[in-house]
Amino acid sequence: MFYQFITGPLLWLAFIVFFGGLIVRVVNYIRGLDWQLDRVAYRAHPGMALKGALSSIIHWLVPFGSVGWRFKPIYTFIFFVFHIGLVVTPLFLEGHAVLLKERWGINWPTISMGLADTLTIGVMAATVCIAIRRIALPEVRIVTTFYDYFLLLLTVAPFATGFLTVYQAHNPWAIQDFWLYAHILSGELLLMAIPFTKLFHVVGYFLSRGQLGVDFGVKRAIKAKGGFAW
Amino acid sequence: MPEGILCNKTPVTSKEQLDSVLADKGGKKYYEEMKRLDVDVEKLQTTLQATCKSRIRTWLEMCAHCGLCADSCFLYLANRKDPTQVPSYKILSTLGKIVKNNGNVDNAHMKYCMDVAWSKCTCCNRCGSFCPYGIDMGVMFGYLRGLCFSQGFVPWELKIGSGMHRIFKAQMDVTPEDWVETCEWMADEQQDEWPGLEIPVDKEGADILYTCNAREPKHYPEDIAEAAILFHIAGENWTVPSEGWEQTCLTLFAGDWAGCKSQVENVYGAIERLKPKRVLGTECGHAHRCMVIEGPYWAGRADGRPPAPYLHYTEWVAEALRTGKIKIDPAKRIKEPVTLQDSCNYIRNYGLKDVTREIMSYLVEPGYFVEMTPNKEHNFCCGGGGGINGIGMYRQQRNVGLKVKRDQILATGCKLVVSPCHNCWDAIRDLEEVYELGIKWTFLKPLLIKMAIIPEHLKPKEEEEE
Repeated sequence: MFYQFITGPLLWLAFIVFFGGLIVRVVNYIRGLDWQLDRVAYRAHPGMALKGALSSIIHWLVPFGSVGWRFKPIYTFIFFVFHIGLVVTPLFLEGHAVLLKERWGINWPTISMGLADTLTIGVMAATVCIAIRRIALPEVRIVTTFYDYFLLLLTVAPFATGFLTVYQAHNPWAIQDFWLYAHILSGELLLMAIPFTKLFHVVGYFLSRGQLGVDFGVKRAIKAKGGFAW
Repeated sequence: MPEGILCNKTPVTSKEQLDSVLADKGGKKYYEEMKRLDVDVEKLQTTLQATCKSRIRTWLEMCAHCGLCADSCFLYLANRKDPTQVPSYKILSTLGKIVKNNGNVDNAHMKYCMDVAWSKCTCCNRCGSFCPYGIDMGVMFGYLRGLCFSQGFVPWELKIGSGMHRIFKAQMDVTPEDWVETCEWMADEQQDEWPGLEIPVDKEGADILYTCNAREPKHYPEDIAEAAILFHIAGENWTVPSEGWEQTCLTLFAGDWAGCKSQVENVYGAIERLKPKRVLGTECGHAHRCMVIEGPYWAGRADGRPPAPYLHYTEWVAEALRTGKIKIDPAKRIKEPVTLQDSCNYIRNYGLKDVTREIMSYLVEPGYFVEMTPNKEHNFCCGGGGGINGIGMYRQQRNVGLKVKRDQILATGCKLVVSPCHNCWDAIRDLEEVYELGIKWTFLKPLLIKMAIIPEHLKPKEEEEE
């Protein structure tokens, strides 16, 4: 009964809040752009704008693709282990694809369990590194707040609980389905939190990087052959 | 609502006001008054409501506190990695707090904002290219300066600078008459050496309309003479406007948004009046940013472009060398290690990196040009940008900031720095004064005049007869 509820109505609610919230975010961001206040001619040079935006987004999306990423290689490695795991694992996990198949008969591509485990361990290890980095480096510590740790915990929770769901399933001492429920609920909590927290950068990254790319594309790098060297 | 007689929320718009602020040497009384200056919270809220839109709000909200911006900031590096110099910290603790509290901040906070906005950021925009989200703290500090200015929290020198622009339409008290006289004087001075040299004023439909920095007529008019000599050698059909010749805009440094608009309109007015084919600015990064990069937006031009193609001086020099309008005597090329200062304003923020290097390829004997590291769009600010060069109370902070450029220059092993930007030129001059490296620094104009092959018909007649 409880399982039906959290994988039924609550899951739908989570998706509605997640997608609805992000759409509102995107719309509000774009509506709030002002060519004169931002001093960026967003509409006047569409070709240059698009080229600038794509260049900016892609350079930073590719591991070591930008000058900035190459400047801090260790951080960059941890960053991409974290983010690739975060995106790929839940989307292509066999356990998730099974649900799609059972409910709607959709054949969804999956990754192997071994890869899923590796990515999940990667996410958890990267989380620890990121937390240590926040404490150890003075330039990160000074801007770190309690909220940053909370978000880190919120983000890693579905992965840790998901991992335990798989590996505690046959532990006779474990409370039955405890980790499974914890996994589902923490996942839904994360989905619903994304539009309302800094985690909205799942779309915000593309907006913000794209915006600066347009700025350089139509204004600040117009005389640079090949555009700005991100 | 207590406001000072000198330090207040009203910009300087009359000669009397300006004189009384100027009479307060070093701004002693001005800064005393600032301690008691109230914050008009309602006005601040209205301004935020009208001007702080999704871009800045998103930047402030989304910053992941990752600290990657730290090493991108030369002031952080120059201050031995002081965490309070991390760009993210600097902006979140200033503008971030104002936005979070919706303008409910006190005098102490605004004073803190002023100190950070003018002594801990030169608006070089380097951090923006190192932030994964593309959060440009230089842009935000520019915005914060506007909020500070509107509340009267602005360094004394920039209160004056803004007033100068509002009264004289120039950063110094140079009237159109002074300007035209200086041009005539400079043209006369050159007649022995450059017979027939002219500085045409207000000629309509010229190929080039030349604009400059008020410091040139005020402090080193030779610079105008040099520009004229080079136009003379190149055989350009050029002119200067009697009004609208001042390309700089200290109002931009000051955060005086209305002042920026009127300054830009003054220059654009000259362009529209004289209808030149192209406009050319002097060797100044700030001036280029004012009139070419940001200017169109202040003037409300939706295409983001000035009314006529507006070149940076380096663009014209490169073109003149490329087309042979100016020919360099190979024997006179630089034959010592020489490096090049990339100005943030027209390299990172306009993309002229190849143009300046093309010029170097003509002026320097192959093998002698040494790049700084980092360079081009990732170069560090000279240490004197954003107005900090001219603010007395932040002189110490400025001098510390110069260390990064000092070390960059030392690493090249060069004793000569080519610096086609007034601000960088000043910063490097001061750097030499403070740290005594034994280096020389130069604009392009004197180098070009020294090296150019003078066409026979331009040489003085007597010399030929002798």
